[in-house]
Amino acid sequence: MKATGAREIIANATIALLLLAVPLAASAMGEPFYVTLATRITILALAAAGLNIALGLGGLVSFGHAAFFGLGGYAAGIMAAHAFNAEPFFLGLDSTTSMPVIWLVAIVTCGLVALPIGAISLRTSGVYFIMITLAFAQMIYYFANSWPAYGGQDGLPIFIRNTFPGVNTAQPLPFFLLCYAALLLALLMFWSLRNSRFGAALQAARQNSVRVSAVGIAPFNVRLVAFVISAMVTGLAGALFADLNRFVSPSMLSWHMSGELIVLIVLGGIGRLFGPVAGAMLFVLLEHFLGGVTERWQLFLGLILLGVVLFARGGLLGMIAGKARHG
Amino acid sequence: MAEPVLTIRELEKSFGALKATDGVSIDLMPGEIHALIGPNGAGKSTLIHQVSGSIKPDRGTIHFLGQDMAGLDVAARARFGLARSFQTSSLAQEFSALRNVMLAVQAKQGSSLRVFRPVMRDRSLIEPALAILERVGLAGRAHVPAAELSHGERRQLEIAIALALEPKAFLLDEPMAGMGPEGSKVLTGFLDDLRHEAPILLVEHDMDAVFALADRISVLVYGRIIASGTVEEIRNDPEVRRAYLGDAA
Repeated sequence: MKATGAREIIANATIALLLLAVPLAASAMGEPFYVTLATRITILALAAAGLNIALGLGGLVSFGHAAFFGLGGYAAGIMAAHAFNAEPFFLGLDSTTSMPVIWLVAIVTCGLVALPIGAISLRTSGVYFIMITLAFAQMIYYFANSWPAYGGQDGLPIFIRNTFPGVNTAQPLPFFLLCYAALLLALLMFWSLRNSRFGAALQAARQNSVRVSAVGIAPFNVRLVAFVISAMVTGLAGALFADLNRFVSPSMLSWHMSGELIVLIVLGGIGRLFGPVAGAMLFVLLEHFLGGVTERWQLFLGLILLGVVLFARGGLLGMIAGKARHG
Repeated sequence: MAEPVLTIRELEKSFGALKATDGVSIDLMPGEIHALIGPNGAGKSTLIHQVSGSIKPDRGTIHFLGQDMAGLDVAARARFGLARSFQTSSLAQEFSALRNVMLAVQAKQGSSLRVFRPVMRDRSLIEPALAILERVGLAGRAHVPAAELSHGERRQLEIAIALALEPKAFLLDEPMAGMGPEGSKVLTGFLDDLRHEAPILLVEHDMDAVFALADRISVLVYGRIIASGTVEEIRNDPEVRRAYLGDAA
C-alpha cells in the first residue's frame, strides 16, 4: 500500500518534470513547434483535470463538458473581438485583452451555467445523466452555430493573443509557462479536494449514495458543488485553448470534444491526480506522430482505448503505480 | 409517563393491490428496545423505510422528538437523530472501515463542504472514529477496505457508523442477519447496553435475541400489527403462535 503510493508520486513527478523540461529544451533549441505541442497537452490536461473532479471523484459521467470548454473559449474570443474593435463588451463595460480578467469571466460564466445544468441533470443518474448533459451541451453548440454576431459556424478569430501583465504571451514559451502554472494549480486543487471532507463525501457518494444519505449528507448538494467546480476548471482551459489557437469555433462545444475529455481521463487513469496529464500526453503524441503517418490514427487510439478498458482499468497510471487505495 | 421518542400513527402504504403497511401505529419509548417481528413479506422493511424516509407513506403520520417527519428526506431525518442500519450491509466499499466511520463523524459535525484540510490528518475525525471501532471490536481492522471485511465485520461496521451519528433513536434492520450464533451472542450483549444511549426499533428474525432484548414486541403480519406487548404476552398469544412463532416459542 505504501509502495504503490510512493510509485505513484514518482510517476507523477516524472510526468510533471517531463512536461516542463521538453518545451524548455525545445525552446532553447529553437523548435517552437514542440512548445506549442506541449501547450496543447497542458491545456487538454487542464480541461480533463476539471472533468476528473466530476467523473473521477464523483462518478458523474458528464458527456457535456465541451459546453464549459467552449464557453471558456468563447469568453476569450468574444472579449478579444470587442477589444480589437475598441468596443464596450457588455452592458457598457470596457472590453479587455487582459487574461486574468478573461479567465475570471470564463470561470464565473461556466459556474453560472453549470449550476442550472447540474441542478437539473443531477436529478437523474446513469445513462440518463449522460444523455441530459449531452443534450445541454448540444443546445449550446447549436446556439453558437447559429449566432452570426460571433462568427456562427465559421468561428471567431483572435487576431492578437490576449495579454498577461509582465508576460509576453505572443511568445510560445511564456504562454506555455502560464498554462503549465494553471495546470499545477488545478492539480493542487484536485488533490486538496480529494483529501478533504468534501472529497470524502463526494467519493463516498460515488461508491454508495444510500449510505451517504443515511449518515445525513445529501448526495445531491455535494455532487452539485463538484459539478460546478469541475465546469469552472474546464472553462478556464477553454479560454487558454482559444488563445493557443487564436481561434474559437463551435467545434470546441461539440460532443466530440466531450468524448475526447472522457477518453483522456480513461487513458490516464480515472480519479488519479495525474491521470488527465498522462492521458493528454498519450493522446496528443498519438495524434501528432500517428496522425503524421495516417489520417486514420484514431483507429489506433480506439485499439489502445480498448486495451485500457479491457486489461488496465487504472489507465496508464494504474499500470505504472498499481491500484488506487484510500487510507 | 415519559413522552415517546418516535410515534407512528395509522401508517398506510400500498404497492398496487398489495397493502404493505395497513394502519400501523407504534410508539418507541425512551430507553427501550421495541422489537418488530413477523414472517417474511409482512412489511417490516417497508415500515423501516417509511420511518427513515426512503419510502413515502400514503397516509398516516410519523413524529420524531415531537417533530412531524413528513417532507423530510433521508439525509434530513438522519441529521435530526434517526440512525438506521441496513438489512444487507450498505457501505462505501472502497473506503476502509475507519473512513466509513469517519464519514459519519464528519456528517455529525456538519462539515462536508470543507475543501482544504486532509481528512487523514484530521484528529477530530480519526480519534472519535477509532474509539467507536474499538467499541464494536473492529479496531484491528480499521484500515481494511469495507469490501474486504467478512460478513460479520460488515455488520459490526454498520453498527459503528450508526453509533458515530450519536442518534436519538436507532432503526436496526436485522442486525443479526447471517452473524452465526457466536456473533449474535456478542451483538445481543452490545445492543442490551446500547438502549441506554438511545432507544432501538429492532427488526429481527433471531427469536433468541428478540426475547432476550425486547422490552416490547409488536408482531406484523400482512402489513398489520396483530399483537403488541411484553415478551411474556407475545409468547403466550395464541394468534401470534399460529401466525408466526409456531413451535419456536
